[in-house]
Amino acid sequence: MQDPDAFDLGGFEFSASSHNAKEGGFTSKLATKTGTTISGVIYADGVVLGADTRSTNGETVADKNCEKIHYIAPNIYCCGAGTAADTEAVTGTYYVYFSIFQLILILKGMVSSALFLHRKSTLRESRVVSAQSILKSHLFKYQGHVGAALVLGGFDIHGPQLFTVYPHGSSDCLPYATMGSGSLAAMSIFESDYKDGMSEDEAKLLVARSIRAGIFNDLGSGSNIDLCVLSRAGTKYLRNFEIPQERTYIRAEGYKFKTGTTVINKRNFQTATSTTTEPKKIL
Amino acid sequence: MEETPVDFLSIPVSTGTTILACAYRTGVVLAADSRTSTGAYVANRASDKITQICDNVWMCRSGSAADTQNVAAYVKRMVEEHAMERNGTGFRENESNDRAMMVDVRVVAKLTQKIAYENKEKLQAGMIIAGWDRVRGPQVYGIPLGGSMLEAPFSVSGSGSAYIYGYLDNTYKENMEREECEKWMTEAISLAIARDASSGGVIRLVTIHENGCEKQCVLPKDHKVCDGELEQVATTTTAMV
Repeated sequence: MQDPDAFDLGGFEFSASSHNAKEGGFTSKLATKTGTTISGVIYADGVVLGADTRSTNGETVADKNCEKIHYIAPNIYCCGAGTAADTEAVTGTYYVYFSIFQLILILKGMVSSALFLHRKSTLRESRVVSAQSILKSHLFKYQGHVGAALVLGGFDIHGPQLFTVYPHGSSDCLPYATMGSGSLAAMSIFESDYKDGMSEDEAKLLVARSIRAGIFNDLGSGSNIDLCVLSRAGTKYLRNFEIPQERTYIRAEGYKFKTGTTVINKRNFQTATSTTTEPKKIL
Repeated sequence: MEETPVDFLSIPVSTGTTILACAYRTGVVLAADSRTSTGAYVANRASDKITQICDNVWMCRSGSAADTQNVAAYVKRMVEEHAMERNGTGFRENESNDRAMMVDVRVVAKLTQKIAYENKEKLQAGMIIAGWDRVRGPQVYGIPLGGSMLEAPFSVSGSGSAYIYGYLDNTYKENMEREECEKWMTEAISLAIARDASSGGVIRLVTIHENGCEKQCVLPKDHKVCDGELEQVATTTTAMV
C-alpha cells in the first residue's frame, strides 16, 4: 500500500520500491546461458567462420571440445551461440554411414533439411539468404523463446555473405560479425585490425585471433578454436585449428595402475543373507 | 549472475533510432541514423533502417529490429502480390510509363497500418512510409506504436526524435527543393545523433522522385554536428622526432 505521507514530501516517489521491499525484494528470473565466442569475416573471395569449443553448464565445463560450427548446406555453415539445444535443432548436423551396399546420409536440423529438399527439387546450389529467411521467420515466430544467436556465413551465386541472426528474429548483414558472451572481446580485434579484401590466410588468422580474445578474456569461452572457410573453391572445415589451452600436466605413467599397487592389509568377506545372525569370518 | 551489457538472449535487439521522412516539391526524402543496439551494446554501427517496399515506396523502421524487419518483409510480399495483380508484369497500361512494381503510397501505408494495428499487443514497431506516386505525388505517412496512421508533410520517430521536434517545427519550409530538403534532414539527424545515445553512426538518405530512387550515405566526419563522436582517427602513427 502507498504511504499517504509520501505525497506531502514532494519530489521523488519510491512507493513501488518500498512495496517490493516489503514483499521480500524483487528478483528477476535468471536464464541459463551458454557462454560462447563465435565470429565471422568476409575476405577477398570467401568467408571465414570461427568458434571456441567450450560448452558450459552453469559454472561447470560440460564439454571441452564441442562443435559450434554447424552444417547448413555444402556451401553454407552457421556458428551457434545461446541455448545449445536450440542452435542444434534450428541449424543442422549430418551423419554419414557406410553400409556394404550404399552410403547413407542422415540429416538433422530444420534449415539443413529444408535446404536439402530444396536443392533436390530445384537442382541448384542453396543460397545464404534462403537459410537466413527460414531462420528469421522461425525465430520470430517463437518470439525469442528459441534461444539461438547465430553467425551465418556462406558462398553462393552472389559471392561471400555473412549475417548475424538474433533470438528474437532480427538479422544484420555485415563484413565482420561476432556473437556470444565473448563477442565484445572478439569485436575489439575486428574493430582494430579488419581490412577490406584480405587474403584467406589473413582472414583465418584474424578470426582465430578474435576467438582467442574470447577464450582468454571471457569465462564462458575456452578450449580450442574451430574454423570454417567457405569460398568458390569449396568448403574447408578446420577442426581444432588452434589449441591455445592445452593441458599443462599429464601424468607420464598414465592413470591405470597395476593390481597390487595398493597393499592389502585385511580381507573381509561376508555372506549376504538376511537370516544370518552371526557373520561368518573367512579370513 | 549479474546482467552483462550483451545480454543478447533476453534483451531484444532494438533500433533505438532517429528516423525522419519529408516531402519536398517533387519527391520525398527518407533519413535515418545507423545504430542498432542490444541494451548498452552497439550490435551494428552501420545498419540500414530504410527498407525498400516496392519501386516507389520505402519504409523507415524504429523500435524492435525483429518486429520491424518482419513487418517490412510481410508488407513487401503483400505489396508485390497487389502490384502483380494490378499492373501485370509489364509496364502500366496508362501513358505514364510507370514500372510494374509501382504501387500507390497510400495503399502501402494502409497495409502497414493494418498489420501494426491488428498486432498492436505483440509489436514494438514505429514506422514511416514514404514514397511518390503519379496520382497523389510525394507522400509521407507516420505509423506510430498503437497502429494509427497519419499523413503529414514530414514525420519523425524513434528515441532521437524528442531532441529534434522543435528544430524541425521551427525550420520546416514548404515546397523545398531536393538539395535543400536533404541538407535540412541531414542536419536534423546529426543533431539527434549528437544528443541521443541510442542514435549514431552514419546518416543514410533515400530520395524518391518521378524517375526512381537514390541512396546516399553521410559519414560521421561530414556531419554538421557530430560532437566529436566517431571522428576519423589516423590508423598509422607518425614517428615523433
